[in-house]
Amino acid sequence: MKQYLLALTAAMGLALAACSSSNPTPSANSATISPSTKGSITFWTWVKDMDKEVALFNKKYPNIKVNVVNAGQGSAEYKKLQTALKAGKGAPDVVQIEYQYIPTFTVTNSLLDLAPYGADSLKNKFVDWSWGQVAKDGKVFAIPQDTGPMGMLYRADLFKKYGIAVPKTWDEFAAAAKTLHAKDPKAYLTDLPPNEPGSYVGLEWQAGARPFDVQKADTIGVSLNDAAAKKVSTYWSGLVKDGTVATDPDFTDAWYQGLASGRYATWLTAAWGPLFLQGTAKDTAGKWRVAPLPQWSTSEPAAGNWGGSTTAVTKQTKQPAAAAAFAMFLNSDPQSTALLNTDQSLFPATKAMLSDSTFLGQKLDFYGGQTVNQSFADISSTVATSFQWSPFQDYVFSEFNDTVGKAFSKKSDAGAGLNAWQAAVVSYAKDQGFTVP
Amino acid sequence: MATTLAPTVPPRARRHGSRRGLKGYLFVAPFLVFFAAAFIAPLGYAAYLSLFRSRLVGGTVFAGLQNYRDVVHDAAFRDGVLRMARFLITQVPAMLVLAVVFALAIDSGRLWAPRFVRLSIFLPYAVPSVVAALMWGYLYGPTFGPITQTAHHLGVSAPNLLSDRWMLPSIGNIVTWEFVGYNMIIFYAALRTIPPERYEAAAVDGAGAVRTAVHIKLPALRPALALTAIFSIIGTFQLFTEPSVMSTVAPSAIDRSYTPSLYAYNLAFTDQRLNYAAALSFAMGAVIVLVTAVFVLAASRRRS
Repeated sequence: MKQYLLALTAAMGLALAACSSSNPTPSANSATISPSTKGSITFWTWVKDMDKEVALFNKKYPNIKVNVVNAGQGSAEYKKLQTALKAGKGAPDVVQIEYQYIPTFTVTNSLLDLAPYGADSLKNKFVDWSWGQVAKDGKVFAIPQDTGPMGMLYRADLFKKYGIAVPKTWDEFAAAAKTLHAKDPKAYLTDLPPNEPGSYVGLEWQAGARPFDVQKADTIGVSLNDAAAKKVSTYWSGLVKDGTVATDPDFTDAWYQGLASGRYATWLTAAWGPLFLQGTAKDTAGKWRVAPLPQWSTSEPAAGNWGGSTTAVTKQTKQPAAAAAFAMFLNSDPQSTALLNTDQSLFPATKAMLSDSTFLGQKLDFYGGQTVNQSFADISSTVATSFQWSPFQDYVFSEFNDTVGKAFSKKSDAGAGLNAWQAAVVSYAKDQGFTVP
Repeated sequence: MATTLAPTVPPRARRHGSRRGLKGYLFVAPFLVFFAAAFIAPLGYAAYLSLFRSRLVGGTVFAGLQNYRDVVHDAAFRDGVLRMARFLITQVPAMLVLAVVFALAIDSGRLWAPRFVRLSIFLPYAVPSVVAALMWGYLYGPTFGPITQTAHHLGVSAPNLLSDRWMLPSIGNIVTWEFVGYNMIIFYAALRTIPPERYEAAAVDGAGAVRTAVHIKLPALRPALALTAIFSIIGTFQLFTEPSVMSTVAPSAIDRSYTPSLYAYNLAFTDQRLNYAAALSFAMGAVIVLVTAVFVLAASRRRS
């Protein structure tokens, strides 16, 4: 696997060299900026208090003004971005984009290739799979900011109370779900939110599902119902039909109360989850612990990723060098990446942070003094690298809610839901002019 | 009855008006300019868009009326329109009857603290619909919601108000809560325009409070009723905010095409199918015009 990666790296390097001549390469002067470079760029992000990182950037480049704008979180921001891109003006220079939406913006040729601005040299600073998501054919469309390798947060007190051992496999997880619900009919081992394709696809990712295969710009393989995806849907269908897991929509008031009140004994979540939970379920401090996700095969531990963002530069920018420099500085400067973790609770994407002893050794009282970062850093290395997203992910996720998600909340056949999801996405892809083999 | 509300225009003034027509247009010109810029132009652009089809691969091509043909055969659109029709024949009459009852009660002068009552019924109209939907979404919650909790304490089981089955009535309740006060104010205003001589005459003829309400007040409300009904028809088919907000707490009960407006929004901003969304919006406009026209015709025929 490592050798394959090395070969891939080398190939990408070659492709890059080949590409740079055909690309509108900026001249040496315009590609880099100096402390005296003047400018003003706009940055759309929903990460709070980004001004602190901007201040760090301004220490180095005092004459570049960065206007931080919160244009909404996730989907809300992308809708505005897409409208601005279509209108031909109004898009920011620099923008926060989650991994799964990068192809959505590269298919419309809206993101600036950052390789000519020196981004290709950052490759080895980032976790392999995250770089695999932002770079393609020698071009670099975004800089990874944070990641969300998935693990399991669980209530150690409830596990103890009901005599449940931490499940290492999905079979053990199913058995534990049964035990827990039998002993307390009001409680569930976990919640499977039917409105959260992000986490569900993360679970599929772990099982080896590869829903999209984009080889050429106009051809896309769609296999949302491949064997691994079917395995996952059959598994969860079983638990849902038995009524041993809940199917409440997440990030709602009722769901927050569920987490705080012990309605759910685990939360299958990403590395950004621990600090999020700490902020929303304060009364349960000290009762939670972290473990890897249950496994399909204990000999090959695997994990999926849910969420995490990147910083990209749009082609509408009038100051590409300054914008690119900011995107790179923000996510690779040691001080800035440390700040992103300590102040904004982002789980790092850089190898340096993931092996930083202060970061790894941090004990969280909320988790009984466990070194939560260490746990997720270990998980991070088990995330499979070859995972692709579609160039119309918003549609794919939206359709998930009406097919697979709906099947879960109605306790009907999720396999049929999976097939309906596949059919809808294939039809959409064809409608959009793609060849679907 | 319409004469009670129609302004009486002396014939002489009308003649003057037609002679000085040009000047009149000059006065409304500022309005016409903004009307054209803010209403006609975007509408024209949308109509133009609806004739094309732009795709991620292959760019934009002229599609003629194909988008419209697709809309006609779109089962999701049809289901949405039918759902709104169901909403229209249940929620709107319920809300208007309630508003009339409130207006009559306040107008009767027998309420204690009528201003306070009037204001509290009207107040929900001042609450932004997003806030209202969020609030009701919480109240309806099947696990921790106050309605379920109260029912639980009383030893009865409340239905899941966020389930498929109850979603439409649940939204109907929110919309009624929001707009009953607004309609009530219109009815109340109409009641205030009834000349006091009529009440005196009725009293002389020996009519009691109920008789006065049925034979004098209710007929006087007819024009206002027609007006509010038309507003409600348009409002119903444009239902968007409430289902959009509620879909976060009940994602399986409200799909992406639950109402035609929600569908158009998702087509345009989730699917990036702007052209199709434009065609669908025009089709929706046509449905609204049709339903309103049928209503107006039926109402005027009954009057004559």
